[in-house]
Amino acid sequence: MIDNHILAPIFVQLFTAIIQLICWRKTVTQRYLSVGGSLIGLMVAFRLFGRVQESGILTMNAANWDAPFGIVFVADMLSVTLVLLTSIACFAVSLFSSVGLSRQRMLYGYFPIFHFLIMGLHGAFLTGDIFNLYVYFEVIIISSFVLMTLGGRKAQLEGAVKYMAMNILASMFFLTGIGMLYGITGSLNMADLSIRIQEVQNKALIGITSCFFLIGFGIKSAVFPLYYWLPSSYHTPPSAVAATFGGLLTKVGIYAMLRVFSLIFVPDDFIRTLLMVIAVFTILTGALGALIKTNIRRFFSYLIVCHIGFMMGGIAMFSKVALMGAVFYLIHDIMVKTNMFLVAGLIRQLGGTMDMSKLGGLYRNYPKISLLIAIVLFSLVGIPPLSGFWPKVFLFQEAFAQHQYFYVAALIIGSFITLYVIANMWVQVFWKNIPPSAETENLFAPMPPYKKILMVLPIGLMALVTLYIGLNAEAIVKIADIISTQLIDPSAYIDAVLGNKTD
Amino acid sequence: MKSIILQTATRYLLPILLLFSFFLLLRGHYYPGGGFVGGLVASIAFVLHSFANGTESTMKILGYKPLSLIPIGLATSTVSVTVPLLFGLPPMTGLWFEEPIPVIGMIGSALFFDIGVYLVVIGVVLTILFTIALND
Repeated sequence: MIDNHILAPIFVQLFTAIIQLICWRKTVTQRYLSVGGSLIGLMVAFRLFGRVQESGILTMNAANWDAPFGIVFVADMLSVTLVLLTSIACFAVSLFSSVGLSRQRMLYGYFPIFHFLIMGLHGAFLTGDIFNLYVYFEVIIISSFVLMTLGGRKAQLEGAVKYMAMNILASMFFLTGIGMLYGITGSLNMADLSIRIQEVQNKALIGITSCFFLIGFGIKSAVFPLYYWLPSSYHTPPSAVAATFGGLLTKVGIYAMLRVFSLIFVPDDFIRTLLMVIAVFTILTGALGALIKTNIRRFFSYLIVCHIGFMMGGIAMFSKVALMGAVFYLIHDIMVKTNMFLVAGLIRQLGGTMDMSKLGGLYRNYPKISLLIAIVLFSLVGIPPLSGFWPKVFLFQEAFAQHQYFYVAALIIGSFITLYVIANMWVQVFWKNIPPSAETENLFAPMPPYKKILMVLPIGLMALVTLYIGLNAEAIVKIADIISTQLIDPSAYIDAVLGNKTD
Repeated sequence: MKSIILQTATRYLLPILLLFSFFLLLRGHYYPGGGFVGGLVASIAFVLHSFANGTESTMKILGYKPLSLIPIGLATSTVSVTVPLLFGLPPMTGLWFEEPIPVIGMIGSALFFDIGVYLVVIGVVLTILFTIALND
């Protein structure tokens, strides 16, 4: 079904960014615009989600050129779910950054760039053209370079160099892959590619091309052995930025992998084994890395890597149940990881540092905030009624069915280490008394009340969404079910894109 | 670098280059080319002027900061992209006036998109170059 309005989330972000550019250096106006724009974006995303749930996959042919000749935008269930989650995260981060950032950073255009980044994310989720996907990846990484270097401290620049080098390398692989794919099939439309690739005789060439995509997306989503840039760069920018990065950027890699490997390169045994090996090592190395770090944001970064492995394993098994697990985990992960970094920012305000050995006593001083943070942390670990638990059920079920015992072992180890590090963090940061040697400064107490509310509100908001995902898991399972059905059998997607030629 | 030859040449080159950039901008209608190249040529004209007469005097003839061209250009382009939505067409569809306009020819939403790109390119190039030049 054709709907010309599916790009609305992109345009809302774009217009917000442009108006903010006009209000350059007026940081107070920019804050209002940012929160307002994100709120409108959120409502638009809700509407789009509702429409897709109601009437199935929507498409839009840009400039009225019919698919597969023009660029087509497709809103299927996976896309709109991610657009909705991104919008929620965007709203929360936008609220948080209106008080959690120094004015210096806002003066150099934090807000416009942030909205360009969100626009890039929406575009990457909605596009149905593989080259257009690349373009949106570029929009994302260029905005993220700026966000990462804003402020220009030495540690930041060091992290940014690693981040930039690896991401440009990833784009190169991705672009080379697209070039090869275009050379083989002569098309860039993903639905069209899905049909044409089956007619190609030279399967080895397709296998090699798929490896280019695997490496490109692998670097972006930070899987073993390509992840080292993530823990060495994500702890450097301010927490609001790290929240966007940690919650959303690596997930775009997973999204692209889900899309490309379900639609174009349906995984054969070799790719599946490769993905599974990568997944197991990603979980183990990420978990072990998290064990030894004492800086809160550093071990959160390793946990991102660890949990990317969970989703990779789901893609590697490539069956309906496994994909349901992976998609559900993706939904849960975006919400929780974004929130985790916001929590890290809040802890920094409360204790003046992110080093766990110097923190302590937060539970005694701030019991309500601590309980709120506990919800987030428990969801991440996956204590049964909360959101991290349900996707693992599907993943375990399918791993046993397919006799992937290494993956089962990795899942168990990964989950237990997550539990251990989070429990350790809880003890160190919240229960332990403040070590006498540490000089902590509480930046939170002197803040005016409305700022305190603005800082805690986004965390509460996202914690509510996480609780909803966990307690009303049935609704999410239904969505994940629709998504995984569309992923396993892409004929509905292809019909929606190409089928409108006949009528 | 004060050279009388360069300064005299620039006095004539600046309007010619600007006219040429304007030609390139319009040529993008039905043919390849357009806003991006035009914008580059226009910014080269100003860069040449700044080489000959110094950055400050170029800033003076521009009148305002090139940075402010970026949002104006972006807004022009984005509006031209979204206007077809009002007519029930997909974004980016070309809309054309019925009657051709003398000299310029047919005018459509594509022209406004190109004008936006033109302004953004001038804004970005000049901002970068002026920032570098003034930091020296």
